[in-house]
Amino acid sequence: MAEPLLSVRDLVVEFPTRRGTLRALDKVSFDIAEGEVLGMVGESGAGKSLTGAAIIGLLEPPGRVAGGEIWLRGQRIDNLPREAMRRIRGRRIGMVFQDPLTSLNPLYTVAQQLIETIRTHMDVSDKEARARAVALLDRVGIPAAARRIDDYPHHFSGGMRQRVVIALALAAEPELVIADEPTTALDVSVQAQIIDVLKEICAERGASVMLITHDMGVIAETADRVAVLYAGRLAEIGPVRDVIQAAEHPYTVGLMGSIPTLTQAAERLTQIPGAMPRLNAIPQGCAFNPRCTRVMDRCRRDRPELIARSGARHVACWLYDSAKETANV
Amino acid sequence: MSDVLLTVSGLTRRFDVSKPLLNRVIEREQKQFLTATADVNFEIRRGETFALVGESGSGKSTIAKMIVGLLEPSAGEIRFDGKVMDFASGAAMRQLRRRFQMIFQDPFASLNPRWRVGDIIAEPIRTFGLLRGAAISNEVGRLLELVGLSRADIEKFPHEFSGGQRQRIAIARALSSKPEFIVCDEPTSALDVSVQAQILNLMRDLQDEFGLTYLLISHDLSVVRHMSNRIGVLYLGRLVEVAEAKRLFLEPQHPYTRMLLDAVPDLALSGRRRTPVTGEIPNPINPPSGCTFHPRCQHVMARCRSDIPVSTATATGEAACHLLVPEPIREPQNS
Repeated sequence: MAEPLLSVRDLVVEFPTRRGTLRALDKVSFDIAEGEVLGMVGESGAGKSLTGAAIIGLLEPPGRVAGGEIWLRGQRIDNLPREAMRRIRGRRIGMVFQDPLTSLNPLYTVAQQLIETIRTHMDVSDKEARARAVALLDRVGIPAAARRIDDYPHHFSGGMRQRVVIALALAAEPELVIADEPTTALDVSVQAQIIDVLKEICAERGASVMLITHDMGVIAETADRVAVLYAGRLAEIGPVRDVIQAAEHPYTVGLMGSIPTLTQAAERLTQIPGAMPRLNAIPQGCAFNPRCTRVMDRCRRDRPELIARSGARHVACWLYDSAKETANV
Repeated sequence: MSDVLLTVSGLTRRFDVSKPLLNRVIEREQKQFLTATADVNFEIRRGETFALVGESGSGKSTIAKMIVGLLEPSAGEIRFDGKVMDFASGAAMRQLRRRFQMIFQDPFASLNPRWRVGDIIAEPIRTFGLLRGAAISNEVGRLLELVGLSRADIEKFPHEFSGGQRQRIAIARALSSKPEFIVCDEPTSALDVSVQAQILNLMRDLQDEFGLTYLLISHDLSVVRHMSNRIGVLYLGRLVEVAEAKRLFLEPQHPYTRMLLDAVPDLALSGRRRTPVTGEIPNPINPPSGCTFHPRCQHVMARCRSDIPVSTATATGEAACHLLVPEPIREPQNS
């Protein structure tokens, strides 16, 4: 296989607190291939956004990367000095955040913000930057882009603002776009448009996407592969179709069953008993073991590593360990 | 008919969004109104779950607030169990209020952080004078167990609970006055899916147990599909379609319903080619003429731009669309 664009190895993110250190991400490893869309799902507090923030070096202090490595096209980026990281951020990795109102500066016109981004990262004249900015806005579907570029963010509706943010993220032609809940603040009809734009434009430019969301439906329609996070650990990762239609990790199975669908009417939704553990109370062994219906002795004792399954799937669950312990199933 | 619990007819609510008087005089501007709901009609039968869906600004929550009496309609009336709700009479409203309750979207905002859980749940019991003394705490304990919490939680404060547990407390509070009808305004949209499943299942169980009637307000079509018997689709304050839940998804009649269904990402991975969604919801202060959906509609005709469509019966319920009514032969119009 070709070298992956992004490679995350055993990433650990910790928050030192007065009552001890909290491990918010615990040995998370995954790759993103060239041009691939990787979905990252999980419930609140699972560590989805933290993974994104760690990759672009925007962890809120006191959070810090306490272990592991992040490689972008063969270059290690987790230990770069601030200034070097600043040049990668925006230039090689673009970001789209959840709330377009907070990611745009209300005091500058869209033109000023786009041109600033383009000129920071690329050696072009002001005029050329403006032409590029207009072309970008036009590409993300803003009508009358040449005129609207001089408007302020508050002149745009929520959906249009998110289009501007996408244009901003792609302004310097990054290799990777990290989209953190890009459509959560939007209505469904607008969400569909934004997802389409993001997908098309990234495919067109060959940019890879890491799509962070809690919405399995969005992942199903957008991503090539999906990674499921639970309590800061990777539970399952694999091609979208496999994971959604035949989930293997008991947590993913429960998660999929708890989503109501439009097509089939289940009398009751599957429910996973209990709630995700707090970071200061992650159980020994598999983090999911207290809620798991198929728990074995071993799950309470040892933490499962990712186990390779058929296809390109990996599951962190002892059920799939070939050297199976003679267990009570 | 006796099996109809709630009837809403011609319900309209306008909000005054004008600038201050002085500005209006200087800038020579008219008063401005935002019509949040316009001429909405529907009825809810006893024991069913009726859902209202729509995107932001479609008037879902405004309708919910009017039904529970938190907002007064500008026009139209609401009949609860045969009696017209009289917003002018406090005593009459108070009597009705015991019989319906509300569950709100954000369980972090809807519970008073300085009250103990026991007091939160007991408040409706005390207000309506349903029980006295030790019977109250007994009842609160029973309600807590009913929603899957423990009696010992009476002494705790809301911040000690997770989002899902708080929503359970909100449900226990809603049940404490033994209502017949509960308005649920986006009860699970602040929750994670696995917690959402727990709450939805709980709401269903309670409905079966107590024969409750629900009005469910949501923007999530799959939740609505899962929970309700009948669904009303709102667009810019108007009800565009009402249909049985199962059939709405199979045979949407109104072009907006169709568009909305197409826009929902689903897990089936059918790879179905969807009609691309176009446009955004227009500004409700100055809505389009005629059918408010016409600028985004694929099937727009001349009369959509001029006439507001009236609701007509369809195979699945009713819908307000000119496509469903054969064009009348135009007679010379005088008016």
